[in-house]
Amino acid sequence: MPPIPTATEPLLRVRDLRVSFRMDEGTVRAVDGVSFDVFPSQVVGIVGESGCGKSVTMRAILQLIDPPGRITGGEIIYRHGATPIDLARLPPRGRMIRALRGAEIALIPQEPMAAFSPVHTVGSQIIEAIMLHERQDSRPVGRDQARAMTVELFRDVGISMAEQRIDAYSWQLSGGLRQRAMIAMALSCKPRLLIADEPTTAIDVTTQAQILGLLRALQHKYQTAIIFITHDLGVIAQMANYVVVMYLGRVMEEGPVDEIFHAPMHPYTRALLRSIPSLQTEVRAALPVIAGTLPHPFNRPPGCPFHPRCEDILPEHCATAVPALHSPGPRRAVSCFLHSDLAEPA
Amino acid sequence: MIAPLLEVRGLRKYFPLAKGLLRRVTGYVRAVDDVSFTIQEGETLGLVGESGCGKTTTSRCILRAIDPTGGEILYRTRDDTVVDLAQMSAGQLGPLRKDIQMIFQDPFGSLNPRMTLFDNVGEPLLVNGMRRRQDRMDHVVELLRLVGLRPEFMHRFPHAFSGGQRQRIGIARALATGPRLVVADEPVSALDVSVQAQVLNLLLELQSRLRLTFLFVAHDLSVVRHISDRVAVMYVGQLVELAPTAAIFSRPRHPYTAALMRAVPVPDPRVVGDDGILPGEVPSPASPPSGCYFHPRCTFAEERCRRETPVLQEVTPGHFARCHFAAELELGVG
Repeated sequence: MPPIPTATEPLLRVRDLRVSFRMDEGTVRAVDGVSFDVFPSQVVGIVGESGCGKSVTMRAILQLIDPPGRITGGEIIYRHGATPIDLARLPPRGRMIRALRGAEIALIPQEPMAAFSPVHTVGSQIIEAIMLHERQDSRPVGRDQARAMTVELFRDVGISMAEQRIDAYSWQLSGGLRQRAMIAMALSCKPRLLIADEPTTAIDVTTQAQILGLLRALQHKYQTAIIFITHDLGVIAQMANYVVVMYLGRVMEEGPVDEIFHAPMHPYTRALLRSIPSLQTEVRAALPVIAGTLPHPFNRPPGCPFHPRCEDILPEHCATAVPALHSPGPRRAVSCFLHSDLAEPA
Repeated sequence: MIAPLLEVRGLRKYFPLAKGLLRRVTGYVRAVDDVSFTIQEGETLGLVGESGCGKTTTSRCILRAIDPTGGEILYRTRDDTVVDLAQMSAGQLGPLRKDIQMIFQDPFGSLNPRMTLFDNVGEPLLVNGMRRRQDRMDHVVELLRLVGLRPEFMHRFPHAFSGGQRQRIGIARALATGPRLVVADEPVSALDVSVQAQVLNLLLELQSRLRLTFLFVAHDLSVVRHISDRVAVMYVGQLVELAPTAAIFSRPRHPYTAALMRAVPVPDPRVVGDDGILPGEVPSPASPPSGCYFHPRCTFAEERCRRETPVLQEVTPGHFARCHFAAELELGVG
């Protein structure tokens, strides 16, 4: 892993972000006070189980939250040139966010099959993005040039027979090729921030290894900052240099990858790391488990969201107050009463 | 030695490829191509491979959810006679169905949303002749307790439960008829990490309590390693390696198995595991390569691998591999 870049200014600064979905049955607080920074050319891994709010956080960054969902608080400061802008306040259909999406902040979705249109060739969809966003000598790029750039991109992401494959439809490509084409599309406008939402969850393990290797090489080459979302702790360990652990819409803990895996502070992180069967654990022995189940979003426990399943619960604190995200040191944060008495204002 | 509970011999399943207006058959997808293995009573055999390798087709043939093209599926019944499931008619299979049950991958799609837990879990009992509602009720209570669910939940519908709880319901239903062999097709791959461990532990516990035999189909090697006594690896419809779990993970004999293990990302940032990424893609089972199916991706391939199809050979006692050089290769795993 490359060392954590030491740029002083973060590229993206998320502070106390809140997103709720107002439904007939009640309000779901999908993201409930999330804060983290992404520095230029850093890979931030966001890990958590279903319903932890990791995907909603990413959609909020791109202003892609659909009603009944709404950003209800916090800020998402993106350093755009010299002027920082708060993405959380941009109108979702406005000019500003549309100019940023794809051009500066690109997304690799989980399901490349669903992300490409089946009635247009993959090439034409990438050419369209390039013609929309890219400028050369302050003039829009022409179709022929955009096509040449796309062929070049396909070679970059390791697609053989690039000239032929750019005229293929997404359903004609294998899962691995489709995800490579998706990466080519995401990189087509040389974004400064790439959001990869479970990019390898839907593909096989040997193909996953190829795609992860490719992302690492491209990250190195273009120095793109990446937010990497996954539930797979193995993928996080191999890809990220900074890790944010989420549970039920809140950050439990964040820090450099080595500290998260070798000196985890939050009981949830510790329990999560213990409960994964790995190629190193004992064969056919009972795994340590996290008791209980993930609560239903309408039945959020009061206090610390993890307290009903926590082994180290402090009964007088954890069930009544929500622990605040507290920094015990630089580039490290944890929200747990074992480490700090700081609580969220009620 | 007593006969194995299940012995699969030369199992084949070809799906025809039809073309044109008259749907003329132009070729076959050899989804399962000459697969043989045994499962002893009380054992767990893990069946691994990537998508399209034929692991699910194999398990569906054993359940006779689909009819195999060829081969034998020898099952030892409760009175110790051996029958060939592949040759039996639907009527003959009927009484054996309660012996062989299945746990499905998707806990959301495999339960009827319009039926309560009692009906979902109790249906196999009704089908198998337990007519009195009170008898079924008592039995379902027992089954729910067995899988760690509260019997009070019996009259609720599946939507009220989380993925892990639904998988427990699916397990309870599979166990309702008192099966001897349980085929579990990716039973934990749709579950969250914290819940996955609970379900794996439950399966291990149920196995020792009820003396169950498992065929555990999965793509996740660390899960398979955790639960299996022996592991079988499939590639393009064929078995490429079969060995006791400890042996296959400490010293794989087939280059594909070794590559599969190396491809699993290690959950430790201090272990850098990005060497030896397997190039290329899985070939189509409709037009597999010549010779050894793995040769185009294999770093050890020689001329012989392109020409000659290797057979599954016993390298050390109980350890089988389909590779010309299985005895010589020194394969690392990490």
